[in-house]
Amino acid sequence: MLRKLFKFHGGVKPPTNKAHSTTAPIASVPLPDRLVIPLHQSVGGHPRPLVQPGDQVFKGQRIGGADGNLSSAVHASTSGIVRDVLPAVMPHTSGLTTLSVVIEPDGEDRWGELDRINVRAATPDELRDYLRDAGVVGLGGAVFPSHLKLKPGKEGKLDTLVINGAECEPFITCDDMLMRERATDMLKGISAMRHMLQARDVLIGIEDNKPEALAAVRAAIAAAGEPGIEALAIPTRYPAGGAKQLIRVLTGIEVPHGRRSTDFGVQCFNVGTAYSIHDALEHGRPLISRVVTVAGNVDAPRNYDVLIGTPMDHVVRLAGARPDTDRYIMGGPMMGVRMPAFDVPVVKATNCILVGSPVLFPPPPPEMPCIRCGECAKACPADLAPFEMYWFSRARNFGKTQEYHLFDCIECGCCSFVCPSHIPLVDYFRFSKSEIWAREREKEAADTARERFEFKNLRQEREKQEKAEKLAAKAAATREKVAGDTATAPPGAAAAVTKPGGDDAKRALIEAAMEKARLQKAQVAPKNLDVTSPDVQAEMAAIDARRHAAREASSDPHPPAGQA
Amino acid sequence: MLTALLVMTGIALLLGAGLGFASIKFKVEGDPLVDKIDAILPQTQCGQCGFPGCRPYANAIAGGEAEINQCPPGGEEGIRKLADLLGREFKPLSEEHGVEKPKSVAVIDEATCIGCTLCIQACPVDAIVGAAKQMHTIIAADCTGCELCLAPCPVDCITMEPIVETVDTWKWRYPVFQIKQAA
Amino acid sequence: MINSPYIRKPASVQSVMLQVLLALVPGIAAYVWFFGAGILVQLAIASVAALAGEAAMLAIRGKPKALFLTDLSAIVTAWLIALTFPPIAPWWLTVTGTLLAVVIVKQLYGGLGQNPFNPAMAAFCLMIVAYPALMSQWPAAGQLDFKTQIELIFGGARHVDAITGATPLDALRTALRSAASPDSELHGLRAAQLMDGPAFGLLGGKGGEWVAFGYLLGGLWLIQRRIITWHIPAAFCGALFATAGLLWSLRPEGFASPLFHLASGGAMLGAFFILTDPVSGATTARGKLLFAAGAAVLTYVIRAFGAYPDGIAFATLLMNILVPIIDMKTQAPVFGHKKD
Repeated sequence: MLRKLFKFHGGVKPPTNKAHSTTAPIASVPLPDRLVIPLHQSVGGHPRPLVQPGDQVFKGQRIGGADGNLSSAVHASTSGIVRDVLPAVMPHTSGLTTLSVVIEPDGEDRWGELDRINVRAATPDELRDYLRDAGVVGLGGAVFPSHLKLKPGKEGKLDTLVINGAECEPFITCDDMLMRERATDMLKGISAMRHMLQARDVLIGIEDNKPEALAAVRAAIAAAGEPGIEALAIPTRYPAGGAKQLIRVLTGIEVPHGRRSTDFGVQCFNVGTAYSIHDALEHGRPLISRVVTVAGNVDAPRNYDVLIGTPMDHVVRLAGARPDTDRYIMGGPMMGVRMPAFDVPVVKATNCILVGSPVLFPPPPPEMPCIRCGECAKACPADLAPFEMYWFSRARNFGKTQEYHLFDCIECGCCSFVCPSHIPLVDYFRFSKSEIWAREREKEAADTARERFEFKNLRQEREKQEKAEKLAAKAAATREKVAGDTATAPPGAAAAVTKPGGDDAKRALIEAAMEKARLQKAQVAPKNLDVTSPDVQAEMAAIDARRHAAREASSDPHPPAGQA
Repeated sequence: MLTALLVMTGIALLLGAGLGFASIKFKVEGDPLVDKIDAILPQTQCGQCGFPGCRPYANAIAGGEAEINQCPPGGEEGIRKLADLLGREFKPLSEEHGVEKPKSVAVIDEATCIGCTLCIQACPVDAIVGAAKQMHTIIAADCTGCELCLAPCPVDCITMEPIVETVDTWKWRYPVFQIKQAA
Repeated sequence: MINSPYIRKPASVQSVMLQVLLALVPGIAAYVWFFGAGILVQLAIASVAALAGEAAMLAIRGKPKALFLTDLSAIVTAWLIALTFPPIAPWWLTVTGTLLAVVIVKQLYGGLGQNPFNPAMAAFCLMIVAYPALMSQWPAAGQLDFKTQIELIFGGARHVDAITGATPLDALRTALRSAASPDSELHGLRAAQLMDGPAFGLLGGKGGEWVAFGYLLGGLWLIQRRIITWHIPAAFCGALFATAGLLWSLRPEGFASPLFHLASGGAMLGAFFILTDPVSGATTARGKLLFAAGAAVLTYVIRAFGAYPDGIAFATLLMNILVPIIDMKTQAPVFGHKKD
C-alpha cells in the first residue's frame, strides 16, 4: 500500500556520517567507579532526593521522586552505596550544577524489588502514574515526561500515533541500531501506547537512509500481525526527525506552536521511548539505561547501552578518542550542546556523545554582514524569516522578534548551516528567547511586588483607621466618665506624660532583648549545666551542632533543591 | 493675488479642520504617564530614590520633581528605558542614591533572630512571616531585595544573598559580533 | 564560544558574488563581439575605482579590509556600472559614478548589506541627471574601433558631438513621436517599419539584443545554481511584456512591441542582475513578485513617456524605497499558521 507523504518547507542535507557507527552491534559498557545521577533529568522536574549518603541502593531503586505532575522519577542505575547527594556539574552548556546522587557501584549489579503492574487490568491513570514513577521520558532529546503525552485528546481517542524513527541528525545512529536489534520489543511498547491513547493508526517514520532498520521494523510488524501499524520510508532531509516536521510528513498536519498535537488527533513518540515503555510495563524495569552513539573524533564509532549516570569519558574511552579531542557534544552536530567537562554524566537526554576536534568541527569563518540573500528563509522548516528576526535580535528589539514568530523557531540550526555570511543565527534566537523569558519572569516578580506593596499600604491605612476609631471611642468613653466624675487634671497633659513613657518602656524591652541576643551570640555555652545529667548534656550538644550546621548550610550558595 | 491668498487660507482651514477632527476621533486613550513610568520601575519599593516606594517616585518623575537616575535597582537599563519613554537625556545613576548591585534576597539567620517583628513592619511587600517572640523567616520568592529590613534589625541577623543562577534562569549570552578586527 | 550547529555548508558571500560575476560573462562576451573591447577597459576602470573607494572607506570606518575587499561585492557593483554606462563614457565619468556608488550609496549607509538603494543604479541616476549628454551617447554596433574607443574614454569629451548616437530605445521613441506628428515625413509609419534601420536587429537594437540574450543565459544559470530565485526575473519580464503588450495591441502605431522592450536596453540585465540584488530588493516570495512587477511597470512608463533613454535605474530606486513595506506586508504565514 502506498501512502501519500507530505513535504515540509526548507530543510538541509548535511553529510550524514552514519555508516561507521552502524557496523557493530550495540555494546555494553563495564561498570564505572562512580555514577553521578542528576535528579533533574526531564522537562520541568526537580525530583526530591529519596536517599542519603551511606544508603545501600539496588539497581532500579527510586532515588528521586517526581515533584508534581510535570516531573519524572529517577532511579539508581546499578546497586551500590550512595556516597553523596550534592550539586554536581550537569551536562548542559551553562556548566551549572544540579543536585545529583553519587553512587559507588558494588559490582554486583543487583536488581531491587521491582514494582510490577498488570497492564491489562490497570486503568489509564494508573498506567500513567506508573510510567511517571518508572522515570520514562522522551528519549529523542527533549526528555518530556512520557506519561503526560499518553493522554488522548478531548475526544478520548486519537487518529494517528506517530513513531519517530527518522533520526535526521548526522552521526547519530542510536535509534537506527535500536530498531535493528530490538524491533519486536519496541513494537510491543508501541502497542501499549496505542492502547493507552486509543489510536486508530500507527505510522512509524524512518528516513530512507536506514533500509536495515526499516526492514527489521517491517519484519517485526509482519510477525506481530497487529493491523493498522505501518512503517514508512521518508525522504532523508534534516530536520525530518523534528516531531512537528515528522507529523507533517506522515499526516500532512501542521501543529502550530503552543498547541497540543492531540488537539489535531496526532501524538508523536521516539522509538527509544517506545522500547523503554515496553521495558517498564512488561518487566517492571524503570528507565536506567539508554542506547548512546559515540561518534566523531574516535577510532571506532559505535553504539553502547549506557547506564544513566556513567561519566561520558568512561564511554568514549571504549571507542578510542583521538588525542586532538577538544570537546564533547551531547547530541548531533546540528543541535548538540557543548559539554562543560569530559566527565559529565550520561543522562536520559544523551542520544549521542559526539567527540569533537578542531579539525572535525572547525570554528566558523569570520562573520560577515547579512546580505539578505534569503537562504535562511529557504532552509527554515518552520517557514520563518530568520534574517528579519536576526536584525531585531541583534538590536534587542524583542517585541519585533516575536512579531516575526520567534517562538515558532525550533532551533534546528538550518539557517546557521546555510548562511553565506556565517552568522550564528540560532545563537541570536536562543539569546532573544532567554532574554524574553527573563523579562517575563522579572515582570511577573515586579507585578507581584507592586500588588503586595499596594496591599500592605491598604492594610496599614485600614489598621490606622480602625485604631483611630477605637481610640476615639475610648476617648469618648473616658470623657464621659471624666465628665461624670469631677474633672480636675487636664487630659492633654496626662497624655503627654504617658505616651513617651510607653515608647520608652518598649525601647527598654527591645534593648533587653538585644542584650540577650548579644549574649547568646557571644557565648553559646548553655547555662544551668550543673543540674543537667550527662545524657541531656550530650543531647544538647548534638542539637547545638545541628543548629550550627543548619546555619552554615543556609549560607551555602547552592541550597539543595529540596529547600529552594 | 487675492485668489492665491484665498486658496492658501482655504487649504489651511481645511487641513486644520482635518487635523482637529482626527485628534478627537482617533484620540489615544493610552496609559497615563505615571503608569508607564511605574511599569518600568523595578517595584523593589526600596525607597533609595528618596520616595516612599516606586509609585511615588513615578509620580515625582512625571511631575518633573525627580530625575530619572535615582533608582539603583533599575540600573542603567531602567534609566535608558525611562529616558526613551520621556524623551530625556540618559544620565548615569546618581551616586547619592546608591549603586547598582546584583539582585539579592534577604536571609534571616534563624538561630539569632529574637522575634522582634521590626523587620516584618519594615518589609514593603509583606515577604517576612513570623510573630512576636517567634522566629521570623523570609519568603524568598516574594522578597524584592530592597534591604529595608536590614537597618531595623536589632541583632543584625539579616544578610543579603545574591540570587544564584540556576539552569532554569540561565540565559544564552549575546553572540559575540565581530565589528572590528585588527586589519 | 561556538554553539550548534558545528557544521556549515561551504557557502560564502564571496562565492555568491563570484558566481554573479561569472554569470555576467556571456553578456560581456556578446558586448565585446558587437561593440568592441572598449567595455573591457570600462570594466577595469570601474573595478579599480570601486576597490580603491571601498578600501579608503573601510580604512576610515576601521573595518577589516582583507575580509571586505575580497568579498567581491564592490566588483559586482563596478561591473554593473560599467555595463549600464555608455561604453565610450570618459574615464572620469565611470570613476565618479563608481565612487558615488561605493562611497556614498554603499559605505556611508553601513557597507555590505546595509544599503537601502542599489548602488549601481543610484550612481546611474545621479550621473544621468548630472551629465545627460555624456550618459546618452551610444555607438552603434561595429561603429567604433578599439583605438577610437580608447581615445574617447581617455581623451575627454570633445569627440562626442561628432559621434552622436542614441540607444535603440531612444531612437525608436524619437521616431515614434515624430511619426505621430502629421508634419513629419515618418508620419503614419508603425514601430515595426521604423525599426527597419541599421540600428535595429531582429527584436531590439542591433547587437544589443544578443548582449541581452547573453545576460538571459547567465541569469538562467544563476537560477539553476540557486543564487537567485525565479520570482524577480519572471515577474519583471512578465509584467513588462504584459504592460508593453497591452499598449502595443491598443495602438501598434504608437508603441513598440513587447518583445522589443524585453530585448532592449537594460531589461535583461535588470531582471536577472540588478533587481535581484538581495540587499536592496524584496526578500519574500510574494514581495519579490510585487517588487519586480512594480519595477517593470515603472520601467515601461519611463521608457514610453519619459525623457530618459532607459527606465530601469529609476524604476529600481523607486521600488527600493518600497521594499521595507513590501517585505513587511508580504511575510508568509509560518508553520502551523497556514490556511490550506
